[in-house]
Amino acid sequence: MKNILALTFFTLLCFSCTEDADDNTSENVSAAFKFTHSWNDTPVTNTDFNSIQFTNANGEEMSIEKLRYLVSNIRFEKANGEIHNTSGHFLIDVTNAVNLVFQPYTPIPKGEYSNVIFTFGFNNEDNYSETYTDLNSASWNVPDMLGGGYHYMQLEGKFIDNTNTVTGYAYHAIRAVDNSDPDNLLFQDTFINVELGPVSITKDLTFNVNMNIAEWFKNPNLWDLNTLHNMMMPNFNAQVMMFQNGQNVFSLTGITE
Amino acid sequence: MKKRIVYVVLAFCLSCSNEPTDRNTYVPTSNPLEIPQVFEDHIIPPVIPLNNPQTVEGVALGKKLFFDPILSADHTQACAACHNPENAFTDPARFSVGIDGSIGTRNSMPLFNMAWNYDEKFFWDGRVFSLEHQALEPVINPIEMNNTWETVVTRLQQHTEYPQLFQEAFGASPITKELATKALAQFQRTLISSNSKFDKHLLGEATLTAQEANGLNIFMDETKGDCFHCHGNPNNPLWTDNIFHNNGLDATFSDLGFGEVSGDPADNGKFKSPSLRNLAFTAPYMHDGRFNTLEEVINHYSEGLQDSPTIDPLMKKVNEGGVQLSIQDKADLKAFLLSLSDPSFINNPAFNNQ
Repeated sequence: MKNILALTFFTLLCFSCTEDADDNTSENVSAAFKFTHSWNDTPVTNTDFNSIQFTNANGEEMSIEKLRYLVSNIRFEKANGEIHNTSGHFLIDVTNAVNLVFQPYTPIPKGEYSNVIFTFGFNNEDNYSETYTDLNSASWNVPDMLGGGYHYMQLEGKFIDNTNTVTGYAYHAIRAVDNSDPDNLLFQDTFINVELGPVSITKDLTFNVNMNIAEWFKNPNLWDLNTLHNMMMPNFNAQVMMFQNGQNVFSLTGITE
Repeated sequence: MKKRIVYVVLAFCLSCSNEPTDRNTYVPTSNPLEIPQVFEDHIIPPVIPLNNPQTVEGVALGKKLFFDPILSADHTQACAACHNPENAFTDPARFSVGIDGSIGTRNSMPLFNMAWNYDEKFFWDGRVFSLEHQALEPVINPIEMNNTWETVVTRLQQHTEYPQLFQEAFGASPITKELATKALAQFQRTLISSNSKFDKHLLGEATLTAQEANGLNIFMDETKGDCFHCHGNPNNPLWTDNIFHNNGLDATFSDLGFGEVSGDPADNGKFKSPSLRNLAFTAPYMHDGRFNTLEEVINHYSEGLQDSPTIDPLMKKVNEGGVQLSIQDKADLKAFLLSLSDPSFINNPAFNNQ
């Protein structure tokens, strides 16, 4: 009898060694986000980089050599005001095709949501509350003299200026800061909450989001690279203009299940 | 019979654990890297291959190999011949001289903090992936050690000490070039530099002078030096992005650099950003050692830029030659850069041939 009990005990123990089966298939799903890029209606990937083949709204011919940007604070809102927050931030590196598809670390409860929102960049709490070793390792920091925190976007390349010279540009988005008085920095929020709209979530799904890169140079501020092509991090007005132009950069192109 | 079934089930259950099945398998002494506080606080962990963990015996073997001219064809040159510890493991000569007097075209790279090269692309042009593979090259390079690995392995097998050292480091496996480079990589990963004055400043143990502090501001100011986009910042104390850039050295290229490796003309003239640590010991500067002093380096970025199709967009005011720093700004920037040097690194007995 003792041996049978021991056999039963060890058999149970053995079964406990196996990994748990999917024990929560009913309530939660995983949501992925896939980012594509375009110049107006023309798809853009890193294979299109490094050659002057785009024309911005102001008429400058230009190239893209580097594009990376930060997405954070993805959350799912219900009509009753309930918000399901997810954790994590994602540095999308188009130059190296890294993180073009990612999944928030938090499972999403099935249900009807009135809006899905992500933040382009960091909100102020996330920007300053802690140091992120992954972003530090990617040299994504903003200098302390500009308030610290992190970049929102680095878009770089070349354009043909009004003297017909190929010139570099560095369109770097950060939190707008007026540092004319270094002891009294004045800020204006320039992170962007991108709303993807309502969704009914019943199974695993992927949100397909497109960034129209041309929009950064178009609306409402017609961007003149001849006057605004570098040293834009400490340029308060340029940062506000980037924020304004960024309002319609992102769009939901579809949801796949 | 029932008792026998119980024992079988018990044995099966025990097999669920992660214990090694062969308890006689030799395991060298684990010797994990000691992560410096300034790295622990700010950046992600180093890259240690799963198939080459740090061990006491592996590091010791790697160190012995690093300083042993047995690797070169005529027994005259060790790795340390071109990677001198006193110079933060680079060569004070612009171009190193190989065993037969051949001279290369690039300056020997300094060696430190290589475990934090996250993309694992090594050499100025990134042509080799992983530290283990990097170590294969100099031995067989005709203008360096000009040897063959077959010869090296034979010498090591016939040596009075190495067979025992390899056995202690890797068990009973036969000596191979892969094991030799694993040992070299283990030693090189221990070459950690993290004790500069600026590191101490980050830890609250030192105070920058006014000149050094102003130099940091110039380094971090996008309207002045704007060095930080490629060379790190106080939150990335590697002081490099380990990425390939054309920093405006030449209008045309005799050395394509990363472009030769990638095959993409858009990469022509790009070389890896070197770390700014230990500049006090690593002259001459740039991939081809063209600048003998830090003043020359700073002058290059201030007024010496040469335009070319692949020049990095971050190189500003190219048509003016650069960012036009004042004499005082240049002096302050130099003072800050020197605060990143770490005398304890070049004097560390663990890294010297003792």
